[in-house]
Amino acid sequence: MAASALQPQPPGGAPGADDDIALRFEGVSKTFLAGKRTIQALRGVTLAARHGQVTGLIGPDAAGKTTLMRLAAGLLLPDEGRITALGLDATRDALAVQARLGYMPQRFGLYEDLTVQENLDLYADLQGVPKGARKARYDELMGMTGLGPFTARLAGRLSGGMKQKLGLACTLVRPPRLLLLDEPTVGVDPVSRRELWSIVYRLVQDAGMTVVLSTAYLDEAERCHAVLMLHDGELLGQGPPDEFSAELRGRTFLVNSDAMSKRALQQRLSRNADVTDAIIQGEAVRIVTVEGAAPSADTLLPATQGVTVQPVAPRFEDSFVTLLGARQREADGGQRDFTVAEHGAGGAESGAPVIEVHHLSRRFGDFYAVKGVEFSVNRGEIFGLLGANGAGKSTTFRMLCGLLPATEGKLTVAGVDLRKARAAARGRIGYMSQKFSLYGNLSVRQNLEFFSRAYGLARDRRATRIAWALEQFELQPLADAVSADLSLGYKQRLAMACALMHEPDILFLDEPTSGVDPLARREFWRRINALAEAHVTVLVTTHFMEEAEYCDRVTIMSAGEILALGTPAEIKAGARTAGQPDPTMEDAFIHLIESPAAGHG
Amino acid sequence: MAEQPHTPTAVEARGGGGQRLRGLVRKEFLQILRDPSSIAIAFVMPVVLLLLFGYGVSLDAEHVPIAIVVDHPTAETADFVGAFEHSRYFSPVRLPDMHVAQRALLAGEVDGIVRIRSDFGRRLRTAGGAPVQVLVNGVDANNGRIVSGYVEGVWSQWLQHQAQARGQPLAQPVQVQQRVWFNSQLRSRNFLVPGLIAVIMTLIGALLTALVVAREWERGTMEALMVTPVAVREILLGKVIPYFLLGTGGMALSVAMAVWLFHVPLRGSFWVLFACASLFLLVALGMGMVISTAAKNQFVAGQVAIIVTFLPAFILSGFIFDINSMPRVVALLTHVIPARYFVAQLQTLFLAGDIWSVILPNALALVIMAAVLMGASRRLFRKRLD
Repeated sequence: MAASALQPQPPGGAPGADDDIALRFEGVSKTFLAGKRTIQALRGVTLAARHGQVTGLIGPDAAGKTTLMRLAAGLLLPDEGRITALGLDATRDALAVQARLGYMPQRFGLYEDLTVQENLDLYADLQGVPKGARKARYDELMGMTGLGPFTARLAGRLSGGMKQKLGLACTLVRPPRLLLLDEPTVGVDPVSRRELWSIVYRLVQDAGMTVVLSTAYLDEAERCHAVLMLHDGELLGQGPPDEFSAELRGRTFLVNSDAMSKRALQQRLSRNADVTDAIIQGEAVRIVTVEGAAPSADTLLPATQGVTVQPVAPRFEDSFVTLLGARQREADGGQRDFTVAEHGAGGAESGAPVIEVHHLSRRFGDFYAVKGVEFSVNRGEIFGLLGANGAGKSTTFRMLCGLLPATEGKLTVAGVDLRKARAAARGRIGYMSQKFSLYGNLSVRQNLEFFSRAYGLARDRRATRIAWALEQFELQPLADAVSADLSLGYKQRLAMACALMHEPDILFLDEPTSGVDPLARREFWRRINALAEAHVTVLVTTHFMEEAEYCDRVTIMSAGEILALGTPAEIKAGARTAGQPDPTMEDAFIHLIESPAAGHG
Repeated sequence: MAEQPHTPTAVEARGGGGQRLRGLVRKEFLQILRDPSSIAIAFVMPVVLLLLFGYGVSLDAEHVPIAIVVDHPTAETADFVGAFEHSRYFSPVRLPDMHVAQRALLAGEVDGIVRIRSDFGRRLRTAGGAPVQVLVNGVDANNGRIVSGYVEGVWSQWLQHQAQARGQPLAQPVQVQQRVWFNSQLRSRNFLVPGLIAVIMTLIGALLTALVVAREWERGTMEALMVTPVAVREILLGKVIPYFLLGTGGMALSVAMAVWLFHVPLRGSFWVLFACASLFLLVALGMGMVISTAAKNQFVAGQVAIIVTFLPAFILSGFIFDINSMPRVVALLTHVIPARYFVAQLQTLFLAGDIWSVILPNALALVIMAAVLMGASRRLFRKRLD
């Protein structure tokens, strides 16, 4: 009866345990010491995840998701409170709990210098899977993940999506009753994300597994049976996702205008007192209004022609932003406008190309990180590079900034050939890198000071620019705070301010919004829009598909090559089929990857 | 559920700890084969260090540059100078007068001056004997002592020679018959190389385990290991077993180099050496394991391993600096340095043989240390992240 050992074990264990609840936290707090500071990772969290469901743990970076996962897996001790997993105390009976659950850490826990098969064998040994039962289990897992043809490949040589699936297969080698997945979909391409979700559903439906999964993507909340909303160590709410959005019924609309660009429309709408949230969605602007407001074209945009207002169903993201926004407004009294001086320098007219890339390639050994990339970017344009981790976005960026020489091809930035005069081009560009690249032990003001000196600003101009940055980025109250202590959102603001000290004509932003909460993301895009309005050219990389909508033009990259290039509307139109009359950006991406001919044709 | 339920304990019992341990050991070997860094530590490092120190560090004075000033050359002085020229310990240069010789000494061109005065021949045959002035650069006290000792040796040998040539016995009240045991040629390399092996193995053992455990922390694989039913004991053994075997290979290579490259005689039995080396390797690996419970990235682990294990072993193991001539406090301190016991064992095994009165007490000390270190890493290593 070897195979029966591979079935998830039924609820057993402690008497008196609530059999319906797989994971329960009661008043759990956890603090960490980082140097001299204490970080409150979780503040009195009480939650429950039911058997046989997918429970999504949703929140931005540093919300406490990983801490919560590790506590549930018995890897950390809570300072206060009680954690019960599968009817057992996760703190006292950590070993017993670990024998019953599966946990995939953020980096998948794979041995990169071992092959796919060797990784599986190792975890089968560790999980005590009997030899006789392995073949059948491996076949099942390989079939489920599609890794069958790659068993002899080193795990380090797999793509991000394949690593994620192998990590999952390794945790599933002995089917656990409770499966904990820590950010399994972050940075993974949409196709792999979709596949992972279908695997998760199958585990829950066919094998009766309970899954708790953390994610920073709000759109994934709608795929869960229940959602735990975490922010800054506190649980903002829990329940089925539609229960969250139900509160907003009758408050969400799509606004269209023939007379205005979608960006100008969004800006106008977000200033309206009745509107709590306004984001670009497709060709329209999606708004959430305050309770009791009955918006019409006239109340929202008086004296504007051709405005249509159409009610839509609320989404999970709407409720998250509304909940968070209400808290934030209590704290700091709402947002102000961001102003940037007009950039007339460079002589180029608006619309003239400032970046031209011809047949750009970069090789590392025998591996092409970027291959034959071709595009141009016009002045004052927001140009987005989309793709999963490893698609070649950052490599392209580094070549454009003159940080990495190109193997082949021609690169002109601000009229300067990067092969010949890198230093000259660098004076005209600002660059914000993916990782926090400021000096953590300097204060906010000292960082601004340093970067303005590094760009060779004269004393007077330095003073005005620092004053501008502190005011416009709302950093004044934190001017003397040590940068390392800032929250992620504020660090991003400071990084962007530093990149703008010398008033560059072109701004490169490498994954500027990864990991920050949706409010900080909206604020970030507000600033980017203001820069574009002032004719600054902005290049931005992102793996959030919906952010592509905020760009004038986007290019979708995969495996170092461009799959598609055009306005968001054009790209989505290319993916329109009978079955999918109104594809999202993510649908378009998946369509492009699954039919490679379409990308090149 | 249709299937018969099984408790996890049933699964564990079937697979058992043996299977988990085998899995971990196999994984470690695959990693050793694919990632050359641990092979480099185990095999390349001892070769480089042995070559560097084996050839570079020598406490023997040979071909010492020395100035000879002869005030009044005669046949006898020429004969005496000839004795220096034929000695392998000196490379004499003849200089015209003391001024030039002193300048050479100041400039560091010579380490000493031998001055033969003009009345050398006359006073040679008087009761008081002929005086030879010897000036030695005493900046390097050790070298100074060796040079002056050697000069005396050359002098007395030459006198004996002279007496024999003339057929008259030399009147000497006490005859010193020197017998050097164990290292009859007085080659410092013969005791440095065995000591060096102990120092190198300290570093290799500690570095191997400290780095590979830190690597698992860095790459996030330790987190994944911890939520499996694996026991701490199995994780630790899963590291010690493979790197013990790898370290044994490095040790064998070092011993082979000592015997065949540096021609250090191996008088003790190979199997006793093997047993002592294995024991010491366990101690060194244990130090690495203890370091790895605190240092969770490879850089810190490497630094700590060098500072905490290699440097004290180098200075306090008695490999270069004699423990008996250390200040009392420092000498007491050497008792906590594992390499101290292994240096004593190695020097004895190589140069003297299986001297049980040396081997056994030192082995006992190493057994205690291995037990303490392994026990400490078992206690300090928690299946938790905080």
